[in-house]
Amino acid sequence: MVLAWNGIGSSIDPAVDYDQNWTLLNMIYDGLVTWKKVGGSDGNTLVPDLAQQIPQATDGGKTYVFHLRPGIAYSNGTPVKASDFLRAIEREFTVPGPVGSFYQGIVGGDACAKTPKTCDLSKGIVVDDATGTVTFHLTSPDPDFLQKLALPFGYAVPSNTPDKEVGPSNPLPATGPYMIDHYTPNQEILLVRNPKFHEWSKDAQPQGYPDKIDIRLSLTSEAEVTMVEHGQADWMYDQPPSDRLNEIATQYTNQVHLNPVPQVYHMALNTRVAPFDNVKVRQAVNYATDRAAIIKAWGGPQVATPTCQILPPDFPGYAAYCPYTTNPGDGKWHGPDMAKAQQLVAESGTKGQKVAVICTPDEASKAVCLYFVSLLKQLGYDSSIKVLSAAVEYPYVQDSSNKAQISFSYWYPDYPSGADWFDVVVGCNGFHPNSSASANLSEFCDPTIQKMTEKAIQTSVTDQAAANQMWSQVDKATTDQAPWVSLFLPKHIDFVSSRVGNYIFDPNVLVGGILIDQAWVK
Amino acid sequence: MSTVGGLEHPIDPLADAPPEGWVAGRSPWALAAHKLVRNRMAMAALAVFLGIVVVSFMGPFYADHIAHTDPFTSQLTATTVINGKRVDVLQQGGGVLKLGETPIGPTWQRNYFLGADSQGRDVAARVLYGGRTSLTIGIGSAVICSLLAVIVGMVAGFYGGVTDSIISRGLDVVWAFPVYLLAISIATVLLTQGLTIGPFSISASSLWLPTLIIAVIYVPYVARPVRGAVLSVREKEFIEAAIAQGASNRRLIFNEILPNVITVLIVLLPLMIATTILTESALSYLSIGVQPPNASWGTIINDGQQLLYTRPWVAIAPGIMIVLTVLSLNVFGDGVRDALDPRAKLRVKD
Repeated sequence: MVLAWNGIGSSIDPAVDYDQNWTLLNMIYDGLVTWKKVGGSDGNTLVPDLAQQIPQATDGGKTYVFHLRPGIAYSNGTPVKASDFLRAIEREFTVPGPVGSFYQGIVGGDACAKTPKTCDLSKGIVVDDATGTVTFHLTSPDPDFLQKLALPFGYAVPSNTPDKEVGPSNPLPATGPYMIDHYTPNQEILLVRNPKFHEWSKDAQPQGYPDKIDIRLSLTSEAEVTMVEHGQADWMYDQPPSDRLNEIATQYTNQVHLNPVPQVYHMALNTRVAPFDNVKVRQAVNYATDRAAIIKAWGGPQVATPTCQILPPDFPGYAAYCPYTTNPGDGKWHGPDMAKAQQLVAESGTKGQKVAVICTPDEASKAVCLYFVSLLKQLGYDSSIKVLSAAVEYPYVQDSSNKAQISFSYWYPDYPSGADWFDVVVGCNGFHPNSSASANLSEFCDPTIQKMTEKAIQTSVTDQAAANQMWSQVDKATTDQAPWVSLFLPKHIDFVSSRVGNYIFDPNVLVGGILIDQAWVK
Repeated sequence: MSTVGGLEHPIDPLADAPPEGWVAGRSPWALAAHKLVRNRMAMAALAVFLGIVVVSFMGPFYADHIAHTDPFTSQLTATTVINGKRVDVLQQGGGVLKLGETPIGPTWQRNYFLGADSQGRDVAARVLYGGRTSLTIGIGSAVICSLLAVIVGMVAGFYGGVTDSIISRGLDVVWAFPVYLLAISIATVLLTQGLTIGPFSISASSLWLPTLIIAVIYVPYVARPVRGAVLSVREKEFIEAAIAQGASNRRLIFNEILPNVITVLIVLLPLMIATTILTESALSYLSIGVQPPNASWGTIINDGQQLLYTRPWVAIAPGIMIVLTVLSLNVFGDGVRDALDPRAKLRVKD
């Protein structure tokens, strides 16, 4: 099987890579738990992976005890041990990885965050290699702890793995059905079968069909489309460019697969910088936005659905809600309400202020930003666009010292929990002043909503259904405060070659597309 | 007795009309102009360039009165009338899946003559507006660059010694950087925050920003030949004569040296404009020059890059304009050089 890929992201080290290579890493490595590798919404179900079963939390939700499956070895023959998981989580602090905060709630985690070089989590992660037992002790209950363990940061690594990023020349030994045979940066990664792998759980880590998975790198999405069309590649990692959509949809209809993913594309409005520090202005932009026009710029109504709220459909706590539309009431967006928007802007007294819309140079992002430049001009603002390179833009808009006013962004939750939205991306805990690692681009922190969020988190430890009701209320309250202009829910486009069979779409964040190793080629 | 044109004639200063056989003298400027005018290639190139300038500066007229469009506003849900039928500017894809929104193609009519871009904006109108921007920045930065270079080159060449050393090494430092790398580095930094020097502030979206960046990075490329010319002219006898007569430095610089080195600038200017237009296009193409929704030829090529398969004219049209402009300026610049450079005498038919 040949895959066409623009470029491997940050790293092939599970401790370092954040999201970009998870599609590959989940076929190579394993953690204690994972999400079920199946199509549809069942793909968000947590299942045991290297652990024999998912434990119930004890000690008031602060302790989890895992027992390892026996007889599992890395591709180099070394047996997987309990201490490997201690090493994996410690590396998140010592290497360091991008989400040490996910594991800061483990006993000793605070000290690791403060002084990563001397990180010692041995009191928080008690391991017994002889019995294959891993015990996590948390400082307080964390209802999402198991979800966090399922992320690649929790994948087992040999206990002698160094405290530095592992590069292309010496990839970590695999536990999954495939291992990295060789990796030539900017050219190719070749995955071959892991000779030590045996299927221990079809749900967690099924045996793959292809004997080899050859990933060709440094390709433009245009080139990727052409390769798949000509049968030179079996799947393209990147989304097809908008000017090729009509071509592939009309000439290769049976090779195109459309699936919704739990992402929300939005404009983040900085609630601490004028004019968006005024809730009336934020609501006005929400009312004025023609989401149908933006969807046209994105590729048309077949590839995106309009939305007004924070949570995506099929997410725990989702209840359709859209106040920013003509004829509100049914939770759906029907059209922009320009009159209401202009009334709110007039009431705010902010007309004429300067607004810079920030985006990256890619066509789709620029198209959306240009729309907002026009819209803000219509609303009476002196708007302009600020295009920053992809490498600069995200750190720039995160850093509050730059006072970014409005920027185009999206959120793909790390795990299916309301907390990953309301405690991170639009919550007080997600805002870190003057830091370029501050996921809350809106700098939104409403004390009342934050209390609701914390209550929902506490409730989810014991009663998930009640917590979901609460997330729904938090969603409505946050949407009313309009830290975002939620725009649309995209559909993921998979374009595969004519020889690909057994296409399965897994919406989970680890995959977010085709289950590569479950497809076969004729 | 004096000789004129190699012929011996007695000169009678009191006579009203020149004596028979007298050949009227021509200034070097008149001779150069004469040569330039007789160079057909150069004149054709000048005509093409002036044509592009005129057409580009008619962009607003074209947009307002012919195409009836606003080339800077998103027209994502707009419709237009083609052959009496109202159609979407962005047209939904076909087939079962109906994927994609393809901008309307060249209509070869008054509206959307070259089609629309992915924002549904009229490409023909944007190319004209883009030409106005590219030409303004190109010419502006070439002129600013030349002024700065004359000052720097004149001071270095005239005063020499330590002054020359300091200035020349400074120019060497700038020269040491690949020109595009330097431009990209400066533009990337300034685009995030604009430029503030004392009481003067230039916003990141201002056209002055790319103009000044491009002007500054090319200063060494013009200052060096100017300095060389000054060093050469300084050694001439008429300078020594002027010094002997007690001429001040100011008089030497402005009355004696500057007129004799200005030809260097005149030869370089068309070529500089061509170069600066190319640089502006490159920076704008990389999204670090002119900022959208302003249009320049570079930004339009960038817009069209993603539409190459379906709507190639979005990228091709500004590309053609850049080629024609740069080619015409280079050919005209060659003509100017041939006209002003005595060593090129044999290459131009007189």
